[in-house]
Amino acid sequence: MTIRDKAYIVGAYEHPTRKAPDKSVAQIHAESAKGALADAGLSLSDIDGYYCAGDAPGLGMLNMADYMGLTNLRHVDSTETGGCSYLIHVSHAAQAIAAGKCKIALITLAGRPRSAGSSGMQPRSWGVDIPDVPFEAPFGPVTVNSYAMVAARHMYEYGTTAEQLAWIKVAASHHAQHNPHAMLRDVVTVEDVVNSPLVSTPLHRLDCCVVSDGGGALIVAHPDIAKSLKRPLVKVRGAGEATKGQLGGHVDLTYSGARRSGAAAFEEAGITPQDIKYASIYDSFTITVLMQLEDLGFCKKGEGGKFVSDGNLISGVGKLPFNTDGGGLCNNHPANRGGITKVIEAVRQLRGEAHPAVQVKNCDLALAHGTGGLLGARHGSATLILERA
Amino acid sequence: MTMMYQPNPLPAPAKEPGNEPFWDAARTGKFLVKFCTSCKKPHWYPRALCPFCFGETEWKEGSGKGVIYSLSVMQRGNPNPYCIAYVTLEEGVTMMTQIVDCDLAALKIGQKVKLVFKPTEGDGPPVPTFTPV
Repeated sequence: MTIRDKAYIVGAYEHPTRKAPDKSVAQIHAESAKGALADAGLSLSDIDGYYCAGDAPGLGMLNMADYMGLTNLRHVDSTETGGCSYLIHVSHAAQAIAAGKCKIALITLAGRPRSAGSSGMQPRSWGVDIPDVPFEAPFGPVTVNSYAMVAARHMYEYGTTAEQLAWIKVAASHHAQHNPHAMLRDVVTVEDVVNSPLVSTPLHRLDCCVVSDGGGALIVAHPDIAKSLKRPLVKVRGAGEATKGQLGGHVDLTYSGARRSGAAAFEEAGITPQDIKYASIYDSFTITVLMQLEDLGFCKKGEGGKFVSDGNLISGVGKLPFNTDGGGLCNNHPANRGGITKVIEAVRQLRGEAHPAVQVKNCDLALAHGTGGLLGARHGSATLILERA
Repeated sequence: MTMMYQPNPLPAPAKEPGNEPFWDAARTGKFLVKFCTSCKKPHWYPRALCPFCFGETEWKEGSGKGVIYSLSVMQRGNPNPYCIAYVTLEEGVTMMTQIVDCDLAALKIGQKVKLVFKPTEGDGPPVPTFTPV
């Protein structure tokens, strides 16, 4: 069974806050859900599927479903793969809809790491009974140095430079200048990036995403529901998911799970990377983008540095406009998880509702991709291909 | 510019069922690697069942010699900079570790390194780090 054309994204909402010290995480989930319902033209009682991940407080989805008053649920899923969970949720919602298990599925994300003072520079405590933790935690793995080791190996293998990585941030900043909600709206140069302080070699401060409070929500619905609503139609054409770890000690940092999740999504959609008009690419760090561009097939392995140089990711300038909201690098990375905002901006592009300065002309096919967890240790990958119907 | 290694406190590894022999051996200066009794392959980090074939596994003493596969020097947010790394052991498996007792700014991928145990907080067992040969 394929999910191709079996489900539509009918609601998409990015919470406008970037700092919310006076709101609970549950409240931001609910406000995001309310926004997505309003965007779709649906109401709370219409929801019969609910999906959330580890940012949601409580046991799986139980506490949030109760808090928001979701009493008609027929299908639930709290798949947790870090920042890419929400792309997997879209795929799982589409599968459930295709199988007749629900008709209108809500996906939410929210968090306030900025108010709580948490970032990718601190160790995370996921529990002592995790089998890898005793053999890794003593050495100080945090988010940034995990991704930094991927960047260091890429530079060693392929001659990629800090200046090439910097172009990814430069492109994001060109887009963020048009987004009134973006945390960082100043256009930056390659020199600004490589002259910013080193955080963990070879990554500089401006190679890293923002830390923001915020949230987002999506509504995935059956084609009959989608066609009854007044919004432009965005359908799910293909999806893929994968995980990759340390391979029993055969660590290979030169490729990511995107190689498999991307291939699966393109196969289901029946298209190739050359058909994609716009791409939302997970950008926790500049290196995250570079790896995914290569592994998704937008360029050959090792040629990502060349591909991103000279502005190829800038809308209206380059071959592959990406993250036209400013992405995690400049706009928003709510809950330290950038997956849902990737889908939201892809939906805006397909609807023709992106900012006019960054709207891609005739945007009929878009890709959204997420990487969750730690790229240099163990991570999830999720790819969605969406189409304007 | 040099950046001589200065130690940060290392958190003690958690003893969990199945990993005690590794930490007990570390206290005597021995570095153990798990091998499969069925397919004979080594793996890292140590597991009860082989991640390649689900065979039973046994501990063997490792050479403690390796090559840096990748590294990153964390420069902010701690008392001292530290170098996290993946080291590929002579046995063929790659492990997460730190590179110590050297100029961190001079380290290179591909460099040969050897094992050195470092103490952990609260009288925890020592952990395997590496230093250039």
